[in-house]
Formats: sequence, C-alpha cells, structure tokens
Amino acid sequence: MPIEVNGVSIATDEEGYLEDLSAWNEDVAKVLADTEGLDMSNDHWEIVNFLREYYEEYQIAPAVRVLTKAVGKKLGKEKGTSKYLYELFPYGPAKQACKIAGLPKPTGCV
Amino acid sequence: MVKKYETPMLDQLESGPWPSFITGIRHLANEHPDEGIQSMTHSLLGQLEHSYETRKGYWKGGTVSVFGYGGGIIPRFSEVGDAFPASREFHTLRVQPPAGNYYTTDMLRQLADSWEKFGSGLVTFHGQTGNIMFIGTTTEKVQHFFDEINEYGWDLGGAGPCVRTAMSCIGAARCEQSCAHEHKIHRLLVNEFMDDMHRPALPYKFKFKVSGCPNDCQNAIERSDFAVIGTWRDDMKVDQAEIKNYLNTKGRQYIIDNVVTRCPTQAISLTDNDEFVVDNRNCVRCMHCLNVMPKALSPGDDKGITLLIGGKRTLKIGDLMGTVIVPFMKLESDDDYERLVEIATDTIDFFAENALEHERTGEMIERIGLVNFLEGIGIEVDPNMISNPREISYIRMDTWDEEAEKWNQRQAETAAS
Repeated sequence: MPIEVNGVSIATDEEGYLEDLSAWNEDVAKVLADTEGLDMSNDHWEIVNFLREYYEEYQIAPAVRVLTKAVGKKLGKEKGTSKYLYELFPYGPAKQACKIAGLPKPTGCV
Repeated sequence: MVKKYETPMLDQLESGPWPSFITGIRHLANEHPDEGIQSMTHSLLGQLEHSYETRKGYWKGGTVSVFGYGGGIIPRFSEVGDAFPASREFHTLRVQPPAGNYYTTDMLRQLADSWEKFGSGLVTFHGQTGNIMFIGTTTEKVQHFFDEINEYGWDLGGAGPCVRTAMSCIGAARCEQSCAHEHKIHRLLVNEFMDDMHRPALPYKFKFKVSGCPNDCQNAIERSDFAVIGTWRDDMKVDQAEIKNYLNTKGRQYIIDNVVTRCPTQAISLTDNDEFVVDNRNCVRCMHCLNVMPKALSPGDDKGITLLIGGKRTLKIGDLMGTVIVPFMKLESDDDYERLVEIATDTIDFFAENALEHERTGEMIERIGLVNFLEGIGIEVDPNMISNPREISYIRMDTWDEEAEKWNQRQAETAAS
C-alpha cells in the first residue's frame, strides 16, 4: 500500500512500514504519523530523532527498556518512563515510533 | 457465498483413533450459522492443507496492539492471503483468566458471544501460558473485541518480553492439601506488575505461578521464574483411627508397598501395633503419602510458603528447576503479603537491570552466580536453601564455621526482634 508524499509514491508493506528505509525524510514521517492518527509535536520528534540516531549507530532498533532509559538520560528523568512513551505513542513505541522513524518492522515474539 | 477447499490430508487426520483438532474447526466451518465464521474457518482449513502439501508454514508476525497496550496480542498475517482471503489476518488475543480458573457459565457465554461477533469463534481454554486464547480476528476487530470484553471486566494477558499472565492452582476451595491463599497471592503479584505486563520492557518473559502445596499442580517449580509453593513447617497431622480404617480396607501389605516403602527419605514406619509414625524432621514434603491417604494424613497447622526463583524450559541453556531463595515464610498479616510483593519487585528490578536480551531469570542466575543474585535482591544465604544436602558431594566446608557463626547470629537477631 504506497503512500503519497509531495507527489512521490513511496512503497510500504501491509502494516504501513517503509519498504525502502532510505526513502525516509521528515515529510514522509509526517504522512506516516497521519496514517497512525498522530499529530507530531516536538515531544514526538525527540523520540523519532533519537530512534533514527540509534539506528544509524547500531543498525538495529533499541529494545523498549533501552529506549526508555536512554530517553530518560537524554531528555530528563520524567520522560524516561514507559508511561510517557505510551502517552505519545498509544499503540506502543516499538510499533508506532519505529514506523514513523522509518525503521524496519520490529521482529521477534512480540 | 462461503468458499470451501478440498482438504484430503486434513480428512485423514480425523480418521485416526484419537480426537483431532480438525474436528473442532470443521464443526465451526460446517455448522456455525454465521457466514463470516464459516468463511474464516474454511479458509483456515484451506491454508493448513496447503501448508501440509508444501511442508511450509505461511504465518508471519507483525505489530498489532490495542490502544495504550504494547502486548497481549499475537499478530498473524497470512503469506498466502490471496489464495485464502477470509483468513488473511488471523490474530490471537491473550486474555487473563480469573485466578484458579473459576468461571460462571454466564461469563463463558458472554465471552463466546463477543467472540462470535468479532472473531473466528475459535477459543483455547487455556493455552500453555495460562491465558484464554481467542484465535483468529482481523487487525480492525481486535480493538472492538477488546473494548467489549474490557467493558464487562476482562483484560489482556502478557505476550512478549514482559510479566506474563500468572497461574494458580484450584486452591483451598476445592483441595484439602492447600497450605496458602493461592488466589490472593496470584492477584497481589499480578496487580502489582500490571504495567510490566501490558507494556513489554523486560529483557525477556517473567512468569509467576502459585501452587497451594508441594504437589505443585501448576508446575510452578519447573515452569515459572517466580514460584510460590504452599507448605508447612510443623509436623504432618496423622489420624491414627483413619490409618486403622485404611489397614482394614486396603490391608497391611498395600500400605507398606504403596506408602511406607515409597517414601523417598524413609521417614515413615508402620509399627507392630498398627501405628503410623512419621519422622517429620526427615520429611521432604514429597506429598506421596498424603496423596495416597488423604483422610488419614494432612499438612500441619503451621502453614506458609516457599519461594523458588528461576525455573524455565530450554532456551539458552537446558531446563532449570527453580532455586529455593526463601525456604519458609508465613503469609498471614498484610505485612507478610507486602514482603512477598517486595521480594518480587526486587527480583524483577534486578532481572531488568542485569539480564541479557532474551535471557530468563534462571539463566541470569547461572551466569552471574546465585550469591550475587541474592546479594542483589538483599536476601541472606540460608542453609535451608540447599536441596538434598546429603546427596551433594561437592559442598564446600572450608569456611563452614564462619558462615555457621554468621547464620547463628542472624537467627538470634530475628528471634530477638
């Protein structure tokens, strides 16, 4: 199911994850957030940018525990809780934040 | 129009002497009044036949959840959805049963009605995880089904690296061996960690299981990271009059062959004047004699629990049984129950901080050493933690006197406080 961004069609899989990760840019992120019904605030961008930085460095999406800890370290302790992340991404940071950040679909037993 | 598929291989499964799971699915496919359910189940059978023909599985995972939750759902998307469109999305919802699995038939009907409205009609009571498994619905309907059952009081269980749905035995209500308030323990532990169940963020799964006596009907020692086992520390109760009754009806030889000689620690003797004598100090609570003669023998009055940590099935290393970390504790006052929850909290915190990705508690303890784990959760070493001391050939005695002295001091302190 492709999405339209600035007149360009970008391929996604049946759950809406980007097929070509290099096709990501901030406009793509906004369109992806729209499909999730999310309005991207600065708080959302902080998480999405963190995920992209982490992915660029390690080539893997962080585990949720690693994410909450790192967020707490970087953005302040009150933001380093899974409650905060679920307020921003109510269907789970692994699912929604990774999708908007253009990261590959989380795998494993979840 | 319901699309049907040829399924010769599945048909053969039904021809054997044992009941087949195919029969249940086919019953829904052929007899259920709702066309949606008929299509879904026919399609499911079609894909399964296709799987058997090609010897491949065609389900892949994904990321499906309900609002505010990160777990509790096992997403399944078909890779051959074009050929079997009615079961293209076939997600499973894990729903927590009540402690001890006590239901009224009204509850079951209500759940079944909701599931017929939003799902395939297929349900497993209960899966190996202890959950009710509602198998087969679409991404869209997952939320609707959850909203409806949540409205009348049900909640999702755990799936993924999180605290999992707990299990407890049928307990005191239906079992004379019960030594603890199983369902209260179950609910206290689970309610405390609801956040860790719904929003997976642990290194791997963490399971609580509660058995009311050492029979351990929940397999808590083998299968759970945190096993609570009811037990007693005074003498087993012996009703000598009932012993006489057993002797009269079953005969002396039966009792000797089936009870006395089967005691693993030879702690029982039957005297010449038909008195049943138990050497309680050597009893290891195997429960065999109590199970054979429930009228004559019963657990003592000084009841409590034993805590074991780290049971699991094969993963990074082979199967592990739980290790005793609290040989005995009373569970009577609110403070006692609070202490239990505190130990669980410390254990989960330590596990979250120290375990590697995809490593269970038992494996973590094997890797870092039990002493370090005990230190991490603030529990003192106790000789009663050792299983079968008389059978271990490598117990270290070099610092025995010092350690014994420390232990004696701790004992004296507890006695004084």
